[in-house]
Amino acid sequence: MINTQDILETINMIREENLDVRTVTMGISLYDCVSDDVDKLCANIYDKLMTKAKDLVPTANEIEKLYGIPIVNKRVSVTPISYIGGKAGPDDYIKIAKTLDRAASDLGINFIGGYSALVQKGMTRGADALIESIPDALAETGMVCSSVNVGSTRAGINMDAVARMGRTVKAAAAKTADRDAIGCAKLVVFANAVDDNPFMAGAFHGTGEGDCVINVGVSGPGVVEKAIRRAGDCDFSALADVIKKTAFKITRVGQLVAYEASKRLDVPYGIVDLSLAPTPAIGDSVACILESMGLEVCGGPGTTAALAMLNDAVKKGGVMASSHVGGLSGAFIPVSEDAGMIAAAESGVLTLEKLEAMTAVCSVGLDMICIPGDTSAETISGIIADEIAIGMVNNKTTAVRVIPAPGKGVGEKVEFGGLLGYAPVMRVNPVSCEKFIARGGRIPAPIHSLKN
Amino acid sequence: MKAVITVIGKDQVGIIATVSTKCAEYGANITEITQSVLDQYFAMIMIADIDGLKADFAAFSDALSDLGKNTGLEIRCMHEDIFDAMHKI
Repeated sequence: MINTQDILETINMIREENLDVRTVTMGISLYDCVSDDVDKLCANIYDKLMTKAKDLVPTANEIEKLYGIPIVNKRVSVTPISYIGGKAGPDDYIKIAKTLDRAASDLGINFIGGYSALVQKGMTRGADALIESIPDALAETGMVCSSVNVGSTRAGINMDAVARMGRTVKAAAAKTADRDAIGCAKLVVFANAVDDNPFMAGAFHGTGEGDCVINVGVSGPGVVEKAIRRAGDCDFSALADVIKKTAFKITRVGQLVAYEASKRLDVPYGIVDLSLAPTPAIGDSVACILESMGLEVCGGPGTTAALAMLNDAVKKGGVMASSHVGGLSGAFIPVSEDAGMIAAAESGVLTLEKLEAMTAVCSVGLDMICIPGDTSAETISGIIADEIAIGMVNNKTTAVRVIPAPGKGVGEKVEFGGLLGYAPVMRVNPVSCEKFIARGGRIPAPIHSLKN
Repeated sequence: MKAVITVIGKDQVGIIATVSTKCAEYGANITEITQSVLDQYFAMIMIADIDGLKADFAAFSDALSDLGKNTGLEIRCMHEDIFDAMHKI
């Protein structure tokens, strides 16, 4: 027997508090598409995607109707393309990117991720060519997302790759300067990237994954915020309990959707990602959760502690609600995709340095942050190096997705639209790290990587 | 299998008749009706047995949603599993 209050609570979460399933992402292996002829490779990729994912969107729509819960995004992630490009050169890689884009469009999905390379220890010819192609590939496609893993706890940081990615981000911005540097919004630089992340722009289908898998990312910052506000002036133990109970309920919806999608598509269920993913909509903000805990504005003193508690409580509540938890599983703090973060950045309270501190206690990193267009490639590399170091030392995933907005300075606004939102250009510390970045080579793995 | 139909809006004459007629048309058998208040709005909750549904669930759900739009109400039809998943361990 279902209790009336339980029914109304669920309805209220969906109606008023923006409860949704953020994404159903199908991971597809492309290893069996490999060919030494790039046209044949592209044809194989297109055919495999169209076969495996043909029912993804209609099935997700059916599940949306069945449970009355919005499923915001339907996405596909693929094997990191640098692994399957073979002898392809940069121009060939762009052909592959366009093939992915065409398949994404024909499938009706929102994004396709996996235009990726993992170069934390060194760079293969394929990875080199793929990275070379990234700025053009992102400029010439609409739905392709790219990521490059430049560091890990086990391997240390590939500083040559860090230097290269600073230049790549600048080039991606230049190639899409007419569209507010949208190319950079589809490019993530990672440490400790995960194989089963359903969220963009960093999703790819990792090497240890099966042929095809369903991963689900939940959401619900608004639900957590409202629950905290309803709890009133309780102490932190009580507050953690409120968050845990709410996270449990949110995650159960994700688990239900993952299970149903797996059954209907006859594809194994991989993981549920417990991340709290915000949107620019009012009432769907992680920053507002932190403010509901008692902060005047997100970014002020207390913010890192509030975020640490939120992140931990979400995991503790979520982990019991799902049989397999994975992906990034932590609160996201993208600036442009979170109304509260946007307001905090506009007011000047939330700074790049505070955001960096916050990334030490949550997932995923410096995300969707607009910086002045004249920021040098070396400075961007310095920002990347700092963030990757946090990931390496803390044994966690971190990432950088910054947008050096062409022709824009501090305080000006960059508009991406949709879920990517808008953001004010934030100040970057102007002192140089040019000589540091120019050293090249690798930062050795930390001592605690030696666990065996 | 059961569906949970929630009707939210201003109370008006004939709500139960309107919704139950639509349910009958689609072969959904109403087994329980309760009323409550949600955010100062009238909220009616119907539990319906949908084993004998004459159309697919999505069509039934759309029909109820459209009925709501035509009568100034918000009508949702959701499979019972989502409530069980969220509120039962």
